[in-house]
Amino acid sequence: MAELITTPNLPDPDGFYEELLAAHDGLSKAESDALNARLILLLANHIGDRRALSQALTAARRVGSEAGSKAP
Amino acid sequence: MGRIFETALYPYSRSPDQDAATPARHRVVIVGAGPVGLAAAIDLATQGIEVVVLDENDRVSWGSRAICFAKRPLEILDRLGAGQRMVDKGVLWNLGKVFFGDRQVYDFNLLPEAGHRRPAFINLQQYHFENLLCERLFELQAKGAPVELRGGNRVASVTEQEFGMELEVETPQGSYRLQADWVIACDGAGSPVRKMMGLDFVGRVFEDNFLIADVVMDGDFPTERWFWFDPPFNRGQSALLHKQPDGVWRIDLQLGWNIDREAAVKPENVIPRLREMLGDEVKFELEWVSVYTFQCRRMEKFRHGRVIFAGDSAHQVSPFGARGANSGLQDVDNLCWKLALVAEGKAPESLLDSYDAERVQGAEENILNSTRSTDFITPKTEVSRLFRDAVLDLSEAHEFARPLVNSGRLSVPCIHDASALNGPDALPGAPARTRPGAPCADAPLGAGFLLDRLGNDFVLLTIDAEAPERIEAGPIAARRLALRTADDATGALAARYLGGAGQGVYLIRPDQIVAARWAGFEQTAVQAALRRATGGE
Repeated sequence: MAELITTPNLPDPDGFYEELLAAHDGLSKAESDALNARLILLLANHIGDRRALSQALTAARRVGSEAGSKAP
Repeated sequence: MGRIFETALYPYSRSPDQDAATPARHRVVIVGAGPVGLAAAIDLATQGIEVVVLDENDRVSWGSRAICFAKRPLEILDRLGAGQRMVDKGVLWNLGKVFFGDRQVYDFNLLPEAGHRRPAFINLQQYHFENLLCERLFELQAKGAPVELRGGNRVASVTEQEFGMELEVETPQGSYRLQADWVIACDGAGSPVRKMMGLDFVGRVFEDNFLIADVVMDGDFPTERWFWFDPPFNRGQSALLHKQPDGVWRIDLQLGWNIDREAAVKPENVIPRLREMLGDEVKFELEWVSVYTFQCRRMEKFRHGRVIFAGDSAHQVSPFGARGANSGLQDVDNLCWKLALVAEGKAPESLLDSYDAERVQGAEENILNSTRSTDFITPKTEVSRLFRDAVLDLSEAHEFARPLVNSGRLSVPCIHDASALNGPDALPGAPARTRPGAPCADAPLGAGFLLDRLGNDFVLLTIDAEAPERIEAGPIAARRLALRTADDATGALAARYLGGAGQGVYLIRPDQIVAARWAGFEQTAVQAALRRATGGE
């Protein structure tokens, strides 16, 4: 089981961000929410590592100054 | 079709106990003749323990109620001599379909592992189940087994005395007193015995109502399990269709919380709803309809001195996953051999505490699984619905999402890894599935099966290993079952019990749970494990 990667790991970050927003183009709030939920499930299955996923959930719950601290 | 639930199977008749000058004393009194009470009576009587069952009614329950009986309980019923008649009467299925909204999202085949005598489960109405258990009990009685079933006997009080328990029993001809060394309370979720004793029963109530209906159809529906999330005929809710014997179909419709429960069961309200579900062309007749609300909860302890709780009186779960009656039968399986040894003075009373520990573990597992199913089927928040619907949407095109769909995880027995009764796991290379604390996996043995050769007493199973034919540790004995890997040409026996090991020795409890295993026989080690498995040391 792997550690969650929280250092830059994404090639072409600007391109990915643009694509992420574009996927939501023309969708209502409800449709966007549903897309996000499907996306999370698809990515979770792709990651397939329970430890990394638990760390991601913990990291995602942290906000503000806590956000920089290392996930457990 | 005979209305079995309208027939008095064990009508009240006056017992000599009612005219006794001093209260008659019995070894074990069981309160309640549902699936759990009847199975416990059969189990104890089979082991020669005198037992009286008291039931306020005189017939099997009305309506299908518990309808799915899983593999492990069927194996337990085999040990009790009642498995084959259940399987003969029951309906077998392997195919399931899942619908979301107005479309089918996927189907599945259970594809059970080969080399087991019993299927993953059968569908059988609870009234047939109880009727077949009564049949078995009467058979034992006719052969002289010490068991009695008293209808029209309602327990009014249970009090502890120096010698054991005293019960006050009400009958159509007045009340009488009975004494019992041990009492098993199998009197259901509302357990009067639990209330009389002022015991706790806490947990989570789910705010939902379900309509359950037994429908006799002449339609040609396939023998499959169909589950709907958010169907057009029950918007925002769920529905289940299951086949039972005698052309009876079981339909479960989720209704939501704020409903008029009395109105919901009226045929004029039920029939149009079913018509919408089944289509205009299907002819059907309503046999039974009921509304229920369920809870997930358990008693803190299942044993209170000489009163032991089993089945729904001790724990309750949601119906998803068929874990009610199935877990009650596993309670019986776990309890009765221990109680028999204690009643006969062959084991210390503390052995019964292992019933509590092991079955609380089982109840916790069932409550966890059924709570998860309920949270999937009935999303409690906007975001839980969002994810639920996302899983269902993805499941149509993407196989990965199907294991996330939870319409009930079917009952499988738990493994008592932490049980105080477990001895050494000293067989390197053997598979984890048959480790100490696990129920024995079945395997073919020529024309028969392994599990038919295990149970009711301690067995020392040797596979390609030497050992004496009988081992004793104080009053406890184990008989040897000597097998060779060649006894099973399919290789399942070797795969399930040896794995990479060349030979093996297993000590197996009367409830077919592995107590210990070794690479070879060593007398003092086996005797120590026998003592440990019976509450010694």
